Amino acid sequence: MEVLLSSDKISDCVTSLADEIVSKTVKDDKIVVIGIRSRGEILAKRLADILSHKFKTKIPCGTLDITLYRDDINNPQGDSQPLVRSTEIGFNIDDKIIILVDDVLYTGRSTRAAMDALIDLGRPKAIRLAVLVERAGREFPIQADFAGVKVEVPADKSVQVNFVESDGKDRVIVI
Amino acid sequence: MSKKEFTWNRKHLIGLRDLSREEIEYILDTARAFEQISTRSVKKAPTLRGKVVVNLFFEDSTRTRNSFTLAANRLSADVIEFTQKSSSVSKGETLLDTARNLEAMGIDIVVIRHGAGGAPKFLSRNINACVVNAGDGFCEHPTQGLLDTYTIRKIKSSLEGLKIAIVGDIAHSRVARSDIYAMTKLGAQVILVGPPTLMPAKVSQLPVQVSYSLDAVIGEVDVINMLRIQSERMGSNPFPSIKEYSHYFGLTVERMKKAKPDILVMHPGPINRGVEMESEVADGPNSVILQQVTNGLAVRMAVLFLVNQAAMAK
Repeated sequence: MEVLLSSDKISDCVTSLADEIVSKTVKDDKIVVIGIRSRGEILAKRLADILSHKFKTKIPCGTLDITLYRDDINNPQGDSQPLVRSTEIGFNIDDKIIILVDDVLYTGRSTRAAMDALIDLGRPKAIRLAVLVERAGREFPIQADFAGVKVEVPADKSVQVNFVESDGKDRVIVI
Repeated sequence: MSKKEFTWNRKHLIGLRDLSREEIEYILDTARAFEQISTRSVKKAPTLRGKVVVNLFFEDSTRTRNSFTLAANRLSADVIEFTQKSSSVSKGETLLDTARNLEAMGIDIVVIRHGAGGAPKFLSRNINACVVNAGDGFCEHPTQGLLDTYTIRKIKSSLEGLKIAIVGDIAHSRVARSDIYAMTKLGAQVILVGPPTLMPAKVSQLPVQVSYSLDAVIGEVDVINMLRIQSERMGSNPFPSIKEYSHYFGLTVERMKKAKPDILVMHPGPINRGVEMESEVADGPNSVILQQVTNGLAVRMAVLFLVNQAAMAK
């Protein structure tokens, strides 16, 4: 097990993600933050808090469950199927700039599923992708607009993001 | 916050009698996610795209069949409607032949309603497709049991410790059986209420209490589920007249005055207004009858999704 990011590094990354998002925002952009369950949800909440502070207005934050949109739904790998959970987006996404948040971008398949799920909810002005870890190995033509760190990890390893809220501590590890 | 490890692995839903509490709760939790699909502008998810669902109904049904059709459509599956009244042909042979024909069409999920108890189980043993029971004889109607339980759980948050009366024609009711299994497994206390002639023969083997007086229990229950008087199923006369039945077992405005103020009034439909309950009660503030129908859709989407998942995993 190798620690990729420590707790301090993670909060630095989240802060710089927020700074980058602010720098790319122009007047009249209506920003909302939507996290992909489950680690993206936590990251999205942290990001939305910082952004609310920076923009001095409450930035809406929601959670997206992509299970029903996955491309491996009829071909589940492994034997544990996650419980399908609710998408919790308590605001209209029409004409909004959505900051779509996930912990790790790897193959791009989750992002594809998330975009399809979002389109079924409305017509956003734009969807921008923000991730904590951008890992090489894309299978789809998708890239992050905002990334905390960029890494290359051998295909037989996995990148795991732990957060205090879900796992007791903040860290990113390679196992 | 992470849900305990649990894997749903049943590719058939035959009855709630066989399911554990954990399995029932898993279906209900899954249904919650499906409920919101019906509230969006695009009321569809691509989950069962390319799958074929057959509605194989040997008995009349409007609500259940439409609900399954809509549930399948909302998950992007294709649906074949197969309606056939019971014929004089021996049941086993007919069903097996039908099953083989369906197999040949390459279907994925069979939703079956049949007058003979055990028909869904028989089918599940003889074909590769997933089988979902939409009502078999006097045995079970599992998705109705699930949607009733879902409705109560959604409003009361838990069934633990609740007192639930199921009133009327218990003997001919597969809904009652599925309700009893689901509700008692989730911790509710079920009281069957009706005339002795409408109680099932082996009622003492069920985990329930029995009362022959609605007036005796109306004041103490949290939920009351009024079953339909199924005149089409009654050969002999189980009670002297409909009028007498509703005098003793109908849910009237007068009786409701004795009930808890937050009692939930349920009915699996279709209602015989003025027989099982008065219109004022059916349309009154305690009635959740239409919510049952709405929730039924979410529950059936969850069931179709889960059996397909299990089939794919195998």
